[in-house]
Amino acid sequence: MPSPIPTADDLIRNGYIRRRRAIGTMMALIMFACAALSVFVTTAIVVILVEESWMFFREVPILDFLTGTMWTPVFTDAQFGVLPLLVSTLQVAFLALLIAIPMGTVMAIYLSEYASTAVRETIKPALELLEAVPTVVYGYFALIVMTPFLQKFIPGLAGINLLVPSIILGIMILPYVVSVSEDAMRAVPNGLREGAYALGMSRWQVAFRVVLPGAMSGVTAAYILGMSRAVGETMVVAIAAGQNPNLTFDPREGAATITAYIVQMSLGDLPRGTLAYSTIFSTGLLLFVITLMFNIAGFYLRKRFREVY
Amino acid sequence: MPNTIAADRPSDTLPPPLRPEPESAPLRATIENFNFYYADGFHAIRNVSMPILDRQVTALIGPSGCGKSTLLRALNRMHDLYPGNRYEGRITLLPEGTNLIGREMDPVMVRLRIGMVFQKPNPFPKSIYENVAAGLRVRGISDRRVIDEAVEIALRRAAIWDETKDRLHKSAYELSGGQQQRLCIARALAPNPEILLLDEPTSALDPIATAKIEELIDEIGKETTVVIVTHNMQQASRISARTAFMYLGELIEFGETSQIFTNPRHPRTEHYITGRYG
Amino acid sequence: MAVMTEGNLSGAAATAAAVGAITRAKRIDIVVAACGVVIMVMAMGLLLTLIGDLAIRGLGRIDYQFLTSFPSRRPENAGILSAWVGSILVMLTTAVLAIPIGVLAGLYLEEYARKNWISNLIEINVANLAGVPSIIYGLLALGLFVYGLNLGKTILVAGMTLGLLILPIVIVSTREAIRSIPLIVKEAAYGLGADKWQVMWHYIIPAARPGILTGAIVGLSRAIGETAPIITIGALTFIAFLPPPPITDSFPFISFAWLHDQFTVLPIQMFNWVSRPQEGFHINAAATGVVLMVLTLALNGMAIYIRYRLRRSVRN
Ligand SMILES: Nc1ncnc2c1ncn2[C@@H]1O[C@H](COP(=O)(O)OP(=O)(O)O)[C@@H](O)[C@H]1O
Ligand SMILES: [Mg+2]
Repeated sequence: MPSPIPTADDLIRNGYIRRRRAIGTMMALIMFACAALSVFVTTAIVVILVEESWMFFREVPILDFLTGTMWTPVFTDAQFGVLPLLVSTLQVAFLALLIAIPMGTVMAIYLSEYASTAVRETIKPALELLEAVPTVVYGYFALIVMTPFLQKFIPGLAGINLLVPSIILGIMILPYVVSVSEDAMRAVPNGLREGAYALGMSRWQVAFRVVLPGAMSGVTAAYILGMSRAVGETMVVAIAAGQNPNLTFDPREGAATITAYIVQMSLGDLPRGTLAYSTIFSTGLLLFVITLMFNIAGFYLRKRFREVY
Repeated sequence: MPNTIAADRPSDTLPPPLRPEPESAPLRATIENFNFYYADGFHAIRNVSMPILDRQVTALIGPSGCGKSTLLRALNRMHDLYPGNRYEGRITLLPEGTNLIGREMDPVMVRLRIGMVFQKPNPFPKSIYENVAAGLRVRGISDRRVIDEAVEIALRRAAIWDETKDRLHKSAYELSGGQQQRLCIARALAPNPEILLLDEPTSALDPIATAKIEELIDEIGKETTVVIVTHNMQQASRISARTAFMYLGELIEFGETSQIFTNPRHPRTEHYITGRYG
Repeated sequence: MAVMTEGNLSGAAATAAAVGAITRAKRIDIVVAACGVVIMVMAMGLLLTLIGDLAIRGLGRIDYQFLTSFPSRRPENAGILSAWVGSILVMLTTAVLAIPIGVLAGLYLEEYARKNWISNLIEINVANLAGVPSIIYGLLALGLFVYGLNLGKTILVAGMTLGLLILPIVIVSTREAIRSIPLIVKEAAYGLGADKWQVMWHYIIPAARPGILTGAIVGLSRAIGETAPIITIGALTFIAFLPPPPITDSFPFISFAWLHDQFTVLPIQMFNWVSRPQEGFHINAAATGVVLMVLTLALNGMAIYIRYRLRRSVRN
């Protein structure tokens, strides 16, 4: 009786090998297609944003768009100066970083240089929960709970303002800033630390004079990527900072950011094809370009940092 | 030659490696002028030629880092898993005469013919039964009765049937290290490989488990062609018919195991063997 | 320590200075560690306040009526039926699309891709897409799915949009999971004569499953709370009907008509209610917030638990 177990030659003869190869080739192609989807998505984003704002930029010169101080697209005397939106967007991101950078850096130093493994393994998931809270819930919290509370202490704080959403955003991006900076700090070789301790440095000196400078490009990447997130965040500002384009440098006032403006226009029922409607794509394009610049800068800083160590 | 050769004597003062003599016993494979380069350019195997006897145990010995594993892993094209590695020369599988390292040869086809057992027991995180059945499933066998039977035969050949027959569907990780290694041998045997490769299969095991596996390899070697890497010379002398001694990527001497251990012809071999035995 | 380098101090003074420097260093260390703890306490305090406030305002509102009613102009009659059904259906669509595609893409990048400009390009794209604001995905979906492909403002479009949004998360976690699989398991599988796809399908994917699952859950928990892209594609907030059921009573018993229906989701419903001036709607918003928080915390808890168990099993 022949063995029921096929030899390699049997497998060739009965076509099994050919079938397997066909399946393997097909799956490899499918996998490649799945991976290449990311390139397609980026391309599609660029194409859609450019194409849909084409009409807008034919009517409104880019320079006027970027330097104009009035944003009134739905008025009869429509003005398309994006500065009010841009200024509040950057203001919110800046204020958020003002919170996230010191807190995030100290926290990262604490986690990487001071905390025991057990403490770290408990704190990190807890911190990540801050990231998991739906942004609409944060928006609710900013508008309904935190603003009324802070109004008692900050004179002139409007019910809709830039300050409170900035604080919330700062806390929201904190876990991200912490985790990227801490990764960078822990990548600093132990040899450097040991060398510094051997020179008689104490722990905080090692942390601030050796580890932090050594990890600086990675930590900077964390700040930049955090900034990018703050710029693109939508719901908190849409709910708590208002939807009124308002060129102001006073964070106690409300003012629409780019994202809040897009939300507002999407909720309205302007017909597609109007100049006013196409602004969601032109402002979207601006937002995309800003975050793309931050993302690429962060990507290369991180990459360069990894190459150093 | 007297055993006064210093270990650090430069190799150019020693005679060149000995070419293996022609074999009269039936062969299963021949290795000819084989060279191997790792991706980083390291020339790990230098011009090795040797026969592999049919249904006999061939042992590869030599100091650590001399290229034993590298040579063994070339026999089933394991190096193809990592880009940049390069083979040169010829490894011929007999009697068909196919070149295992030829360009047109699919490494998967080579591995379907040639089974392998690794240094550290590496069962899959599955049941004992599924571990042994894995190679059969890879070959498209799904008939339950065929698999049941083949699993039992393989476990018996690996001398672990009695210990596992009542818990075939328990996790393989519940077995001891020695049992896991015998399971891995059963896994490799189940699809009836034409050659079985073993890379220091006992180096991670205690003496009792080692003795069991040696006995087992001796048994398997009667029906299957076996190539085993070992750093344990007693092991080589106990279970193999032929022994190849390697040094710095070169095959220094190949011959009948008894001859290599009692009457080495090359001073390097003698030094290695006497160095260990005093 | 600077004091010690001045050099011309007497032995005793130097020792005293060194002791002083050491105690000072100790003090600074304590301050730094305390700062870390304080920040942690502040952040967690904020989170707990948020949860506590939602619970106080909203928990009492959650009852049978609230869960089984459609939105209404009167806050006390309104409910989240269409929103939670919508959320579940959108999540289902997102998961079905994003998980297989993300896993296959991760497999490709980790196991198949040669180091060349194409794989480099893909890597940069994945990294960048992870940082693209979610509202941009909404604009993409609006331009491509709603207008370009004329798919309408449907559950399918929302699922596709959120699927693209969480794809980088699934890809990255898949790659990490694959990278942590021991080489010896892979070599054992190849050693049996398995071809690449067999190794992937029978060994790599199963071994990476916990890690993939964690990533998928984290991704879905992000998707379930996403509001902006759904607003952009124009999901309605006033949906007083349910999509057609997926199971029908006539052959073939399964229907995908729901994919092409209009919908609303929990965060949209909450956003809508927050934006209303009436206090009653704010309570409804808080109640919806409670439901959302329970869902996201449950999903994240699951992810943390799986990761924890995975770590433990790796150690053993
Ligand atoms: N992946 C690799 N890349 C480069 N060199 C390697 C690699 N693996 C092993 N080597 C080198 O090849 C030589 C032979 O290794 P190996 O075959 O593992 O030796 P043995 O099994 O005889 O102890 C050693 O010098 C080792 O350092
Ligand atoms: Mg070895």
